[in-house]
Amino acid sequence: MVPLRLETTVKKVMLEVKSLAKQYDNGFHALHGVDLLVTEPQVVAIIGPSGAGKSTFIRCINRLVEPTTGSINLNGEEITTLDRTGLRRARCRIGMIFQEYNLVERLTVMENVLSGRLGYVSLLNAFRRNYPPNDVQSAYELLDHVGLSGRHNTRADNLSGGQRQRVGISRALMQNPELLLVDEPTASLDPKTSRQIMRLICELAHERGTPVLVNIHDVGLAQDFADRIVGLNEGRVIYDGLPGDLTSDVLTRIYGEDDWSKTIRRVDDEEENGEPDVLDAGASAE
Amino acid sequence: MSMPTTWKPPSLIENPVLRYGMVVLAIIYFFWSVGTLEIDWERTLKGLPRAGDMISRMFPPDFDRWELLVRGVVESLQMAFAASIVGMIIAIPLSLCAASNLAPKPIYLIARGIIVLSRTFHEVIIAIFFVKIVGFGPLAGLLTLTIASVSFISKMIAEDIENMNMGQVEAIRATGAGFSKLLLYAVQPQILPRYLGVSIYRLDANIRHSTVVGIVGAGGIGMTLTATFKRYDYDFSLAILLTIIALVFLGEIFSNWARGKLR
Repeated sequence: MVPLRLETTVKKVMLEVKSLAKQYDNGFHALHGVDLLVTEPQVVAIIGPSGAGKSTFIRCINRLVEPTTGSINLNGEEITTLDRTGLRRARCRIGMIFQEYNLVERLTVMENVLSGRLGYVSLLNAFRRNYPPNDVQSAYELLDHVGLSGRHNTRADNLSGGQRQRVGISRALMQNPELLLVDEPTASLDPKTSRQIMRLICELAHERGTPVLVNIHDVGLAQDFADRIVGLNEGRVIYDGLPGDLTSDVLTRIYGEDDWSKTIRRVDDEEENGEPDVLDAGASAE
Repeated sequence: MSMPTTWKPPSLIENPVLRYGMVVLAIIYFFWSVGTLEIDWERTLKGLPRAGDMISRMFPPDFDRWELLVRGVVESLQMAFAASIVGMIIAIPLSLCAASNLAPKPIYLIARGIIVLSRTFHEVIIAIFFVKIVGFGPLAGLLTLTIASVSFISKMIAEDIENMNMGQVEAIRATGAGFSKLLLYAVQPQILPRYLGVSIYRLDANIRHSTVVGIVGAGGIGMTLTATFKRYDYDFSLAILLTIIALVFLGEIFSNWARGKLR
C-alpha cells in the first residue's frame, strides 16, 4: 500500500477549488462553499438542475463572475487574489467554450480563431490582424482538425450551429489552455451534433492533456463522455464520482424526486452505434 | 366544468369611465386651445392675395446669379460634410462613455448629461448663440451642425452598444484580452454597420439643416435665401428653393443607397 500512497502524493494539483461561494448583488446565494480537486487531465462533467450554480461556478474560475469567498488554485497560482493584469494573464491560460458559441458574428472564422491569441499580441497587431506565423499555422491546423478547412474566410454568422461550436472550440484551443471551461456546449444543438461536439472536445482535451470542466444538463451525454461527474444542487456539491456510479438515488438528490431508472445508462449497454469518427462527421451532416 | 366561450383582450386602461373620459378630454382640449390662440383672421385673409402676388413674382425662377447660388450651395455642403466628419470622430469616445454596459456609473452619467444637454435646443437656437459668439458666416453653422451631429450619433451608438450581444464580449474577455482589444474585437464589429449608417443619415440631415441655420446668419445657401426674401427677389428665391429641394433629394437618395449597401 505504501507505493500507492506515494503515488497519490506525487500527483500534480492542476485545479483546486476550495470553499468557493458566490452571493450576487441581489442577495441570491448561487454557490455555498464548493470544493473541487482535479489532479489529472480528465473531463469533469458538472450536472444539476437550472439554477444549481453550474454556470456561476464555471464563470468564477476565470472570474467572469467575481467569487465572494473561497480560493481557486490553477497549477500553483491563486486566481482569486490576482490584480487586473494578473487576471488577464491567467485568462490567457484558461480556454472557454459557450452555449451560444459567442463567436463575434461579423468577423471571419479566422479572426474568431485568432482572437484566442489576443492576450499575446500588441494592440496594433491585433488591430491589423497581424499574428505571428506560428499562430496562423496553428489556426489553420485547428480548423482542419475540427473539419472546417477552407472555411477560414467565411463570416461566423454564415455557419450552422455545429460549425460555430467547432470555431468556438478552435478559439479556446488556440490559447493552448491549461484548463478548458465549457458551459453547456450542446444545449443549442441537435442530438447528433451534440455527440459530435462532445466527442471532439473530449478527444482534443485528452490529446493535449488538458483538464476540462463542462457544464451539461444532459445526464446521458455526461455519462457517455465524462471521466468524472460532479452533481450540484442549490450551490452545493451533492455528488462527486465516476459516471458509472450514478444511481437513481443520486439523481434524485441532485434533481429531485422522479423516476430516474430510464435515464441511468449502464456501461455495458453503451456500445450501441458505431458513429463515424469526428473527422468524417465534420464534413458531413451540416 | 364549463369554460367561458368568449374572450376579449385586456384593455390598456381597465376602467371604461377613465378610458373614454380621457378621449373626450383630449377632444375638448384641442378645440379650446385652437379657440384661445390669438389668430388674426382678418390679417390672414389679407395675406392670401399677397401670397398669390409673391408666387406670381417667383415665376420664372431666376438662375442668372448662379455663381452666388453655387457659392452658397458649396458652402452648405462643406459645412454639412465637415460637421459630419468631426461629429463621427467625437461621437466614438462619447458613445462609449454613454453606454451603461461599458462605462462606470459616474462617467456614464456625465456623458449622458452632455448628450441630453446638447439635444435640448434646436439647431436654430444653437446657431443664434454661435452667430453671437463667432459672428455671421459658415463657422457658426459648422459649430452648430457639429454639436448636433455629435449628440445624435453618440446617442444612437450608445444605445446600440447597450443592445449589443454581451456573450461575444464575454468570450473575448475570457481570452485574456484587455479593454482596448475588447473594443476592437467584440464591440467594434457589432456596432460598425450601425455607426456608418447613422453617420450617413446624419450627413443627409446636416445637408438639410445647413440650409436652415443659414437663415439666422450661420452661413451657407440659407443665408443667401434670407437675403433674397428681404430684397423681394422672389424669382431668385425660387431658384434657391429648387436647388435646395434637388440637394435634399440627392442627399436622401445617396443616404438610402449607402445604408442599403451596409445591411
